[in-house]
Amino acid sequence: MQRRYLVPLFYILFLMLPIYWLVAMSFKTTNEILSGFSLFPQTFTLANYKEIFTDPTWYWGYINSIIYVSLNTVISVCVALPAAYAFSRYRFLGDKHLFFWLLTNRMAPAAVFALPFFQLYSAVGLFDTYLAVALAHCLFNIPLAVWILEGFMSGVPKELDETAYVDGYSFPAFFTRIFLPSIKAGVGVTAFFCFMFSWVELLLAKTLTAVEAKPIAAVMTRTASSAGYELGLLAAAGTLTIIPGAIVIYFVRNYIAKGFALGRV
Amino acid sequence: MKTVNQKAWFFVLPVLLLVAFNALIPMMTVVNYSVQETFGDNLFFWEGLGWFEQILRSERFHAALGRQFLFTGLILLIEVPLGIIIALSMPKKGFWVPVCLVLMALPMLIPWNVVGAMWNIFTLPDIGLLGYFMNHTLGIDYDMTQNPLAAWITIITMDVWHWTSLVVLLCYAGLVSIPDAYYQAARIDGASNWAVFRYIQLPKMKQVLTIAILLRFMDSFNIYTEPFVLTGGGPGNSTTLLSIDLVKIALGQFDLGPAAAMSLIYFAITLLVSWVFYTLMTKDDT
Repeated sequence: MQRRYLVPLFYILFLMLPIYWLVAMSFKTTNEILSGFSLFPQTFTLANYKEIFTDPTWYWGYINSIIYVSLNTVISVCVALPAAYAFSRYRFLGDKHLFFWLLTNRMAPAAVFALPFFQLYSAVGLFDTYLAVALAHCLFNIPLAVWILEGFMSGVPKELDETAYVDGYSFPAFFTRIFLPSIKAGVGVTAFFCFMFSWVELLLAKTLTAVEAKPIAAVMTRTASSAGYELGLLAAAGTLTIIPGAIVIYFVRNYIAKGFALGRV
Repeated sequence: MKTVNQKAWFFVLPVLLLVAFNALIPMMTVVNYSVQETFGDNLFFWEGLGWFEQILRSERFHAALGRQFLFTGLILLIEVPLGIIIALSMPKKGFWVPVCLVLMALPMLIPWNVVGAMWNIFTLPDIGLLGYFMNHTLGIDYDMTQNPLAAWITIITMDVWHWTSLVVLLCYAGLVSIPDAYYQAARIDGASNWAVFRYIQLPKMKQVLTIAILLRFMDSFNIYTEPFVLTGGGPGNSTTLLSIDLVKIALGQFDLGPAAAMSLIYFAITLLVSWVFYTLMTKDDT
């Protein structure tokens, strides 16, 4: 083994330490956590997980989160597909300005928008619904989706479009039967990124929900403040939020970087 | 060559409507608040630019802004070089590449408040892994809730843990796109490692580095959830970054006017700095 591989090795060790601690904590009893330091769980227990899977406030938190995240992913990708196609194939009045304006929406601190969002979604009667969170997350996910898709689409030669038209395909037929399959990877990566950013964002999700669509994060904060020292339970809940990310990341492992580079590597 | 086609507007219309709904209406609400004074009961009075003046002169804002620039500056200074070094030393092919990529990307997929809670558990003085190690093995007095320096080191370390992988992944993607022939040519010319880095690897990474630095700037400048969960802005006000201060004013004290004025100033600064970064880094492209 070359010596330079020690660098990524130590880096990964550093990344894994806090995660290990969270997971280890989730298998400990509250007593053991508070009584002192132990590197491994002394009395291994699944009680924390059992509580989460049997208490509806807990597991509904996860279901709510997954529902609005999926809804957001579908909306973002569907809306971004034609827009990205337009940006990658045509020039039109104001295209560059529009593209930059989309970028600026990622710069606005979510904290700035929290209160106005609450008022807006209350006014249109969507407060505390899945749709509210899904639509609110479009603010940063649609621009992201447009960039990533545009990057991937620009990699497809324009001749493909022209040949298809010569062969007599209509635009919708061409787009769904020829174009989409050729950027499959791009669509997958985009969906992954929308999923990811909607999954990790919690400030807006928390602001826009009360009971019905409450995300897991809000459930966690409540427990953290009211129960005080139920660290084991908190750790178990935290561990469970890592799992969806860990599963989806496996499918896009070879495209992650390309996605972060907004399709422009 | 792209063809000119104004009908393409119909393709972008849905995006425009959805993003405008989410961006313009709340933004106008903020602008509206920023020029008015309210005493509750939905009674508003015209205030003009008073709030802007007040915020721009307030020492509290200057202090929070200073902390924010210090935080973002340190983050960029640490994460960018570290990310480049790690990317350079990663294996180029084989079984370990996807393993590295997945493990490195993992921190970025953890919800932000869980990141804060996780680091909280990790650094508890007597029962956290890091806290115990520092206090009892190394004998360094480390308590994030008491010592401002410890709190700063902790939030910086947390962000390095959370986001360095973004820089690594982007640089790595730039590096693997370099053809082997470049390296062979360099070897024939007897180029040093530094020369290879400076004239082959760095130019190839330039585009992805631009994106990495921009994203890291925007996200670290707007950071809220993780430090809020971890330190709550304390001890005292030592880790109260801009967003945390803003939320304190807006939701804690319900001073909508000053909070709105502050939001707009905050947004303008982010926009300005991003634009400067963007133009500086893409200057020689065209």
